[in-house]
Amino acid sequence: MTRDTPRSTRAARLLTGGPPLLFLLVFFVIPSLIMVLTSFRFPGEFGGLAPVTAPADQAAGEYGFTTEAYAFFFSDTLYARVFLKSFGVALATTLACLLMAYPLALLIARSEKRFRNLMVLLVILPFASNFLIRVYAWAIILGPQSALSRVANTLLALLGMEPATLLFSPFAVLVGMVYVHLPFMILPLYTNLEKHDPALLDAAQDLGARGWQRFWRVTWPLSLPGVFSGSALVFIPVLGMFAVPDILGGTRDILIGNLIKDQFLGTRDWPFGSVLSIMLTLAVLSVASLTAWFARAAGRTP
Amino acid sequence: MALLEIRHVVRRFGDYTAVDNVSISVETGEFFTLLGPSGCGKTTLLRMIAGFDLPDSGQILLDGRDMVGTPPEKRPVHTVFQTYALFPHMTVADNVAFPLRMGGRTQPEIRERVQHALDGVRLPDFANRFPHELSGGQKQRVALARGLVNRPRLLLLDEPLGALDAKLREEMQIELINLQKEVGITFVFVTHAQDEALALSHRIAVMNRGRVEQIDEPSRIYGFPRNRFVADFIGKISMMEARVVEAEPSRLRLEVAELGEVVMAGRDGVKAGDRGVVAIRPEQVRISRPAAPAESENHFPGRVHDFLYVGDVTTYIVELSNGARIEALLPNASPGRATFFEVGDEVGVSWRHDTGIFLDD
Repeated sequence: MTRDTPRSTRAARLLTGGPPLLFLLVFFVIPSLIMVLTSFRFPGEFGGLAPVTAPADQAAGEYGFTTEAYAFFFSDTLYARVFLKSFGVALATTLACLLMAYPLALLIARSEKRFRNLMVLLVILPFASNFLIRVYAWAIILGPQSALSRVANTLLALLGMEPATLLFSPFAVLVGMVYVHLPFMILPLYTNLEKHDPALLDAAQDLGARGWQRFWRVTWPLSLPGVFSGSALVFIPVLGMFAVPDILGGTRDILIGNLIKDQFLGTRDWPFGSVLSIMLTLAVLSVASLTAWFARAAGRTP
Repeated sequence: MALLEIRHVVRRFGDYTAVDNVSISVETGEFFTLLGPSGCGKTTLLRMIAGFDLPDSGQILLDGRDMVGTPPEKRPVHTVFQTYALFPHMTVADNVAFPLRMGGRTQPEIRERVQHALDGVRLPDFANRFPHELSGGQKQRVALARGLVNRPRLLLLDEPLGALDAKLREEMQIELINLQKEVGITFVFVTHAQDEALALSHRIAVMNRGRVEQIDEPSRIYGFPRNRFVADFIGKISMMEARVVEAEPSRLRLEVAELGEVVMAGRDGVKAGDRGVVAIRPEQVRISRPAAPAESENHFPGRVHDFLYVGDVTTYIVELSNGARIEALLPNASPGRATFFEVGDEVGVSWRHDTGIFLDD
């Protein structure tokens, strides 16, 4: 293709593609580069970063570039374990979301057309109230004084078991994560399922497929793109999420998100925080590309 | 015993009666067509035969067994859907293998029968393609192979040629006839296209407003329509209001208002004084210069109102002295229009007394 693009088309492309590109450049590419640079520097004595060039005041500490933060990351399995745990939580959240969202998305997609928009609206309605308020609400629901905890503990007492604490447990974190991310699984699934040609199910039934066979051989394989995009939309944010484990997980259940947040706001070790962020980004990227590969493979051969 | 027997089937949707007391029996090996305009109930009837819908009353028997209570997946009946409904995530081979897999056949048997079925629809090398890589006609053939591979007792076809262009449709019609002959499976075919029904079927049931108007062979449906609806729906026909003056077993003498006497072949049950219509097909009407001598009983002067040149034939619309319009068809046997009548020309139209048909009200 060497044909000249008309000037008007080029201008239109620049006008439509330019602003988002500029936005990504300024607010994603440049900050990412800054973060990479930061990861190779020394932390400042009182937070921030140590200078790059030797300061005039010879008494001051380290300066210049270093791989110390990376060495620190690999020096202790603690961080790998936090990563692993975060992946575990993200995986569990994704599976729980999928199990809950699929039937609901199917129900919406197969209900009468005039009810569908209303049901979708109900799914996204929680977004109308603030995210933190919703998570704090769960802290109350799961708290020791809540009706839920009392009923649960009364039942446990009747069975002669120790009372359980719901709040500040991995269970509470999972509940919060699932609750927050469920709509992100429902919507892509619904968008996919809604497009299925109902004649395909008729054809399957006509050709001898019973109920479950129709699901596993027609509906499920055709919904895989929706399953993959919904899973990515849940898995990736859960991996970096720190607010939910902060509020519902207490101090014991630290995930990568909390670790990174602490490096910047608590410990004030920016280089190490940057290293953690870069590792997280790499992890997310590899998961995303794996997912994309699986999705393509699923689309090619059923 | 007939293979398929539909007995007094009624299906209502609210106040609307989609299928109104329909009785049809289809013999083994037959190519049977349900023909009618959209909304005549033919698709509803088809869905009831497949099992996707149930009659409010009446029976549907297959091999003498009542099918009510047997779900679609358990009926030995397969359907070729209007939109083909091929599974987009499966290859052609997997699509065709689907009913065999559901039937629990062994892998070697599946492979052999799939290949045989694909050979049968002349797509032997398409096993590994996906539906989106096929043309409309190829999709159609895959849908046929999938419907036939399990050798159902009955194959239902729901306007399967509707989405194809005219040329391809004609090709597929011929293929359908040959395929049906080869496999020997009974076809029940639904269409609103009368030419398709005439070309394909052994017998046709013409439906209108949920009722069966006539069940007959194509030539009898065309040549001896039982009522005005069938006459009008199948092919072209000119109709004039008439009153029976004299009814003999061999011939009828009719009075057409402001035109004169028309003689037609006799028909059972018609008596003097009956009212109805004289119905004549365009190809039965001769058109000539007014000077030409009257060669048959029914000869009337008229004027060319309009004509339609469509290549193989030219249809002339002639206005008679009483204002009635009658269509006459002339084949264009030699290059160009065979006979040059122009709009406004004085002409004579005539037809033999044993052509055309009298339909009483």
